Amino acid sequence: MKYMNLGIEELHNLLKSGKVTSKELIEESIKLSHEVQDKCNAFVTILDDAKETEVTDNLLSGIPFGVKDNYSTKGILSTGSSNTLKDYVPFFDATSYKKLKDAGAVMVNKTAMDEFGMGGTGTTGHTGVQKNPWDLTRMCAGSSSGSACAVASGVYPYALGSDTGDSIRKPAAYCGIVGYKPTYGLISRYGLFAFASSLDHCGVLTRSVKDAAIVVDEMKGKDEKDLTSWDSSNISLKDSLNGDIKNKKLCYVKELCNIDNYDNPSEELVKHLENFKDKIELIKKSGVVVDEVSIDRKLLNAIASVYVILSCSEATSNLSNLTGISFGPRGEGSTWEEQVKNYRTNGFSPLIKRRFVIGSYILQKENQDRYFINAQKVRRLVVDTWKKLYETYDAVILPVGVGPAKHIDGSLDQLSKDDNIQALDEHLQVGNFGGFPSITIPGGFVNDLPVGLNITGKCYDDANVLNIAYAIESMMDYKNQIAKEVK
Amino acid sequence: MSKYFVTIGIEMHCEGSKTNSKMFSPSKNTYNDLSNDNVCEIDMGFPGVLPAPNKKGVEQAIKMATVLHSNIPKYMYWERKNYYYPDLPKGYQLTQNPPYDCIGNGGYIDIEREDGSTFRVEIDNLHLEEDSAQMEHLYNTSIINYNRAGVPLFELVTKPCLHNADDTVLYLEYIRSIYQYLGISDADSKKGQIRCDVNVSISDDENSLGTKVETKNVNSFSAVKDVINYEIERQSTLKDQGRYNEVEQETRRWDEETGTTVRMRSKVDAIDYKYFVEPNIPKIKIEESWVEEIKKSIPELPYERKDKYISKLGLSDYDSRILIKEKKTSDYFEKCLELGIEPKTAANWIISMILGYIYKEFKEIDEIFLTPERLYKITEAVKKGTISSKQGKELFNLVLEKEEEPEKIMKDEGMEQISDDSAIKSIVEEVLNENPSQIEAYKNGRTNMFDYFVGQVMKKTRGQANPTLVKEILTELLK
Repeated sequence: MKYMNLGIEELHNLLKSGKVTSKELIEESIKLSHEVQDKCNAFVTILDDAKETEVTDNLLSGIPFGVKDNYSTKGILSTGSSNTLKDYVPFFDATSYKKLKDAGAVMVNKTAMDEFGMGGTGTTGHTGVQKNPWDLTRMCAGSSSGSACAVASGVYPYALGSDTGDSIRKPAAYCGIVGYKPTYGLISRYGLFAFASSLDHCGVLTRSVKDAAIVVDEMKGKDEKDLTSWDSSNISLKDSLNGDIKNKKLCYVKELCNIDNYDNPSEELVKHLENFKDKIELIKKSGVVVDEVSIDRKLLNAIASVYVILSCSEATSNLSNLTGISFGPRGEGSTWEEQVKNYRTNGFSPLIKRRFVIGSYILQKENQDRYFINAQKVRRLVVDTWKKLYETYDAVILPVGVGPAKHIDGSLDQLSKDDNIQALDEHLQVGNFGGFPSITIPGGFVNDLPVGLNITGKCYDDANVLNIAYAIESMMDYKNQIAKEVK
Repeated sequence: MSKYFVTIGIEMHCEGSKTNSKMFSPSKNTYNDLSNDNVCEIDMGFPGVLPAPNKKGVEQAIKMATVLHSNIPKYMYWERKNYYYPDLPKGYQLTQNPPYDCIGNGGYIDIEREDGSTFRVEIDNLHLEEDSAQMEHLYNTSIINYNRAGVPLFELVTKPCLHNADDTVLYLEYIRSIYQYLGISDADSKKGQIRCDVNVSISDDENSLGTKVETKNVNSFSAVKDVINYEIERQSTLKDQGRYNEVEQETRRWDEETGTTVRMRSKVDAIDYKYFVEPNIPKIKIEESWVEEIKKSIPELPYERKDKYISKLGLSDYDSRILIKEKKTSDYFEKCLELGIEPKTAANWIISMILGYIYKEFKEIDEIFLTPERLYKITEAVKKGTISSKQGKELFNLVLEKEEEPEKIMKDEGMEQISDDSAIKSIVEEVLNENPSQIEAYKNGRTNMFDYFVGQVMKKTRGQANPTLVKEILTELLK
């Protein structure tokens, strides 16, 4: 590895000064892609014929990157890691990908993921399991598993992800890198395969906060094809990174971060929360106020259920377009009903089908009030609770997950766990409920494996949130870290 | 007539044909003979597409809701109606789901009968949705044309407030003309732009409601009439026979060939459409100032035109009614007036000649060669006496047949009346010279000989001589 462990600005300077060419970077990135594919199975497609581009003043020009396989990429296989779309080659580009392409960035691979983003393990895609580059017996988490794996492995400085529950921010933590999901609508979702539209976000995985800012600056913008997108032309995330957070106030939630709340905590959980406390102390030392706040346990423990209800409902409708009729291989059968049934039955994995059944049940007329409408109300309560915190605090800082990456073995997509553990494992979903800007940065190690810190702020306050993350990042030594296989 | 009290409610779907693009995609919204041409990834529901509502479609719906005296909500949004069918690419239709906010809620419209009486139709709701693709079922295969997928569709639902087929059809005809007048749709059933669902029930009296039977996808007003009458008959017969329990709340379809309705499914098997609000379209705020602006743009409506024709132009109620029925006809008439044709004359030509012609030839009045400008030339020629009114009718037919300018045909056919004094004088002299004995008879008191001379002159000129002039000259010469 000569160049691909570097950040975007460094690469840009090397390109500008002629010390390296775009062609060399792309060749190196493709070579590394094959190595990481052999080891971790991170990709659906490696674009061996990716061509260099002209190096301009744009920081991203000439530099390779990866794209999660649920982004529509014109002329290039886009499967969503599903058998239903295993041969699907779109004829249009996702808006955000198109912006990067127009900036001269070079896509070198499409990364594997949980099928259509519906999973948090990186084990459910149609091309198999993504292994964690730090420990091949562990998962990357999902659903942006391939993107996290590739960026952590130093294949390129950044890869695109999508985040409906925590699908960028959880894998980033497990792989020891940065994962940023901006405010809902900052980046157009046009061309991102829909999972749960009211929760879906585009975003990016990088090895530094600055790189995340640079990439999202290029991806963002109002898009007439996505009415939930908004004009952010007055925002430059990169230029907002000054590292000055003297007067900022942060908080963390006692019910999630205090080890006493957990019965029989695992050794990893104990260390994980101790590490979190240490990091809070470190931040406090820099003069930033970090308060402990309390949130109703009932509300915290409802988050995961609300997420399941809303995401499964929207998903069952969103993925109804996959019938094999207007596109995709036609299913076998003598009637259209049989054809659709066979296409869907054979194409989707059992996990997804389970979610469709749940979603369908919830949306039934007689169940809507009890589940769907109530879940929407609780979503609102959760969001209002966080908004209330933002009246006092710039951001909420919390540990990601219940420890380092989980083991692949025995880690199927289980939707129910001990309530308190589950609340800690799933709280990043709050960022999707409220559309809040939310970023995970590497926050240390537990048993030599990376764990993450998450910083989530109020809507439209991306610049502030990123600047806080940038400042905290600089207090620690994990910036630009590349995965080192520890086992 | 049934001895029972009949109650009818009607859902009328009208395709919006006057927006440039589809309701939620930038694809063209035009009638296109080439299948699957007005299509983009959004219409076909490819992965990753998002809907963006057409502002003009929303404006049109607000116009319609205004005319229907409906309540317009403060915010507009759409719901997903989820079901699987090959003509529905996304697996759901974007629609509005009453009783939740539709673009028009409640309201009414007053309809005039031919005898001058009126009745009020209560509106339940007007909602704006997207159409499905079009399917054609062949012997052992079906083909899908996505041109129609995503075209704006206006669905207007009445309360169960109609009581007979004639009133129902009058209502539908009037609504169709409003769609035309508002510039929302050609509302042409020949192009499949109108489809109705007809709900009919019978009961012993007006205080009770019977079992509602729905007949779906009726695509012409004459079929609506047939469905209503058939259902009244069918349900009444069952009731007469004490078998009213066999009338089920169900969905039927109209079978054109047998002239009967056929059971499709029972309401018990009704599909649960699992409606929920489309999350990709933020609620659209409908500002009052916007509604006011839209209201101002509402043009003269059919009944207003009719009243104008009667009171200001002196046309009969009957003629006015015919003229306003189709906007294109009324527009043709108005254009004639603008050009200076007398209202009565224009009305006569349109009603007695043009409508017959387009009906026979399956043409549209705005497509025929005989434009108001050409009609003006014909009526002017008749008015000035250049041609006789009989020739006018011949000219009318020839213009349509040959598709040539009236002046050219008049010249080619030698139609112009001879109004030149000297030319007529010489022919009159010729006739008189050839008929000395008849002159004799005339001078001896047989005054009817005068008409004989006129006839001879007309014969010699093959009817082209101006009869008034002929008479003047004859009188002069016979003195």
